Amino acid sequence: MKAEERVEERNPIEDFLRMDRIPHIWCPGCGIGTVVTSFAEAMKKSELDLDKVAVVSGIGCTGRVAGYVKFDSFHSTHGRAIPFATGLKLANPELKVVVFSGDGDIAGIGGNHFIHAARRNMDILVICVNNFNYAMTGGQVAATTPLTANLSTAPFGNFEYPFNLAYLADACGATYVARWTSLHIRRVTKSIQEALAKRGFSFIEVITPCVTLYARRNRLGDGLNLLKYYYDKSEMKHGADTRTVDIDFQGKIIVGKFVDKDKPTFLECMNTHLQKTLGDKYVPYGVKP
Amino acid sequence: MRKVKADPKGVLTGAHYLDGDFAIAEGGLAAGCRFFAGYPITPSTETAERFAERIPFVGGVFVQMEDEIASITALIGASWGGQKSMTVTSGPGFSLMMENIGLAVMMETPLVIANVQRGGPSTGLPTLVGQGDMLQVKFGSHGDYEIIALSPDSPQECFDLTIKAFNLAETYRVPVFIMTDECVGHMHEKVLIPPADQIEVVERKWYEGPKEKYLPYRSDKDLVPFMVKAGDGYRFHTTGLTHDERGYPAINAEAQDWCVHHLMDKITKNAPKIIEYKEDQIENAEVVVISYGITSRVAVKAVQEARKAGIKVGTLRLITVWPFPEGRIKALAKKIKAFVVPELNLGQIRREVERCAFGRAPAIGVPHCGGWVHDPDDILKTIKEAAR
Repeated sequence: MKAEERVEERNPIEDFLRMDRIPHIWCPGCGIGTVVTSFAEAMKKSELDLDKVAVVSGIGCTGRVAGYVKFDSFHSTHGRAIPFATGLKLANPELKVVVFSGDGDIAGIGGNHFIHAARRNMDILVICVNNFNYAMTGGQVAATTPLTANLSTAPFGNFEYPFNLAYLADACGATYVARWTSLHIRRVTKSIQEALAKRGFSFIEVITPCVTLYARRNRLGDGLNLLKYYYDKSEMKHGADTRTVDIDFQGKIIVGKFVDKDKPTFLECMNTHLQKTLGDKYVPYGVKP
Repeated sequence: MRKVKADPKGVLTGAHYLDGDFAIAEGGLAAGCRFFAGYPITPSTETAERFAERIPFVGGVFVQMEDEIASITALIGASWGGQKSMTVTSGPGFSLMMENIGLAVMMETPLVIANVQRGGPSTGLPTLVGQGDMLQVKFGSHGDYEIIALSPDSPQECFDLTIKAFNLAETYRVPVFIMTDECVGHMHEKVLIPPADQIEVVERKWYEGPKEKYLPYRSDKDLVPFMVKAGDGYRFHTTGLTHDERGYPAINAEAQDWCVHHLMDKITKNAPKIIEYKEDQIENAEVVVISYGITSRVAVKAVQEARKAGIKVGTLRLITVWPFPEGRIKALAKKIKAFVVPELNLGQIRREVERCAFGRAPAIGVPHCGGWVHDPDDILKTIKEAAR
């Protein structure tokens, strides 16, 4: 076999995956793998020292990402990826810390941590894969489930208002907020690249198909049908007012980069403030000499 | 185990008049703790306040988290980031931490948690003393696991045992608890902080072999695996799931058997090296009073009175509560009439003493729900009954 052919046979993102853990557990038609691919592509294109990247996940389908990516990776408890990442980043500020988890993990059980990390402008990137339901446990209603969608704990349709995660992140002070679907592969990649290059709390929401549960219960067809829905109903609107980007059941999905601003991170604020207040007695922390 | 001298930056050498809560913060700083994540809760808040006030002059981070769940989880993250980390809490906050205490155990993460106990259950007695979390610390998180818990009886011991807690946490890669109480936490006494070069600090068991051979959960002779930190290029994985030596999830009964036994064994098999207690007049004793924390100081009065009345009373003060000194209790049970176990709960450690005595000597409690310390006369009365 010629060398060129061998190169062809390699998975192009093999360097970023724990190949000894493949095949993964995700269902056919699931969008999480697509987001992982975009993440790997973004890493490939980034100029980061990849040994200094850490990935933290919570629990759930997307919670399994930490187990498949070849970085220092932590599979924490349900909802707690963000405080775990907070500790990791503050203990070792030279790390680039990425939280990769699902909507149930980040906006449901971990909602409190999400808003506070955004408020503090903790220097982490949060990638939230939003499939509108708790999938690992068999398709229960979530904090992100659109009104009327049917799930096993909303067997007659959901009557609770869902979160608009982009608005929530924006309102809490996130410095970068974007939303895409797993159809927008290049956009997701570019967004992750941009967010990695930023300092501060960045949030990227990616809407993905859950074929096995959400789509089946709501008779929406297979993965391709959902991608077709994204294709038909996504509307790109960079800089959109996040108050206007709610998602209705099978309705329009406003995508784009909604927020991109700069403000000092938690550690920068801490160092600046304490330096100013305490003068030379203050011992700066996590600052490169 | 690599021992070094304490970093003088964190050591406030001298004689101080401190309460137990403050002494815990000073102990942490002296031990090299540079990361504290906490949430205010009476009667433990002073430790967080002290740390927040001191750390800017030492170099490190204090962060007030949104709740105790976030605090303990941030500690785990910080420890994997390479820092010695600690938090402090009390009853309700301790309950909130339970799930992630399990995560710390499962990931074999060194960290220190102080619990300044108050009366429970629920909100209970926020400002008043209790010792009701002594079983929760060992059994409160789900599944079988082992941790280490220490119980100081004075502000001086709060300082000393916090350093010891960090040393044990690093040695065994396990969460270590300082199970103090509101009385000791708020009691002001003289605390002597030695010069940094007289404080021995255990370094983390860092892995130093070739990168490609590193296995995060392969144990060494002492049953403790070597550790690395994020950012060192090992690209390791760790999880709260049952895992193999690589740290990879392994969802089957064999892996579970290996994983759980390992977590238990590294503490139980090293227990003789971990356990510390203090005995007094134990030879020829007919009755042995077993106590810990503030209750051991209250018991002193009762023991003195009992000795005046001619009763042969010995005392055993638990410094390490978990792992429990079961061998010692078993040996004593063979030669004494009875144990007397006063504590500010309805018999949590008494039950453990009874288990270890195995019917050879009764373990008589002096139950008290908390809110105040025992009347020494109640302990005395029980000693007299036990001696009969």
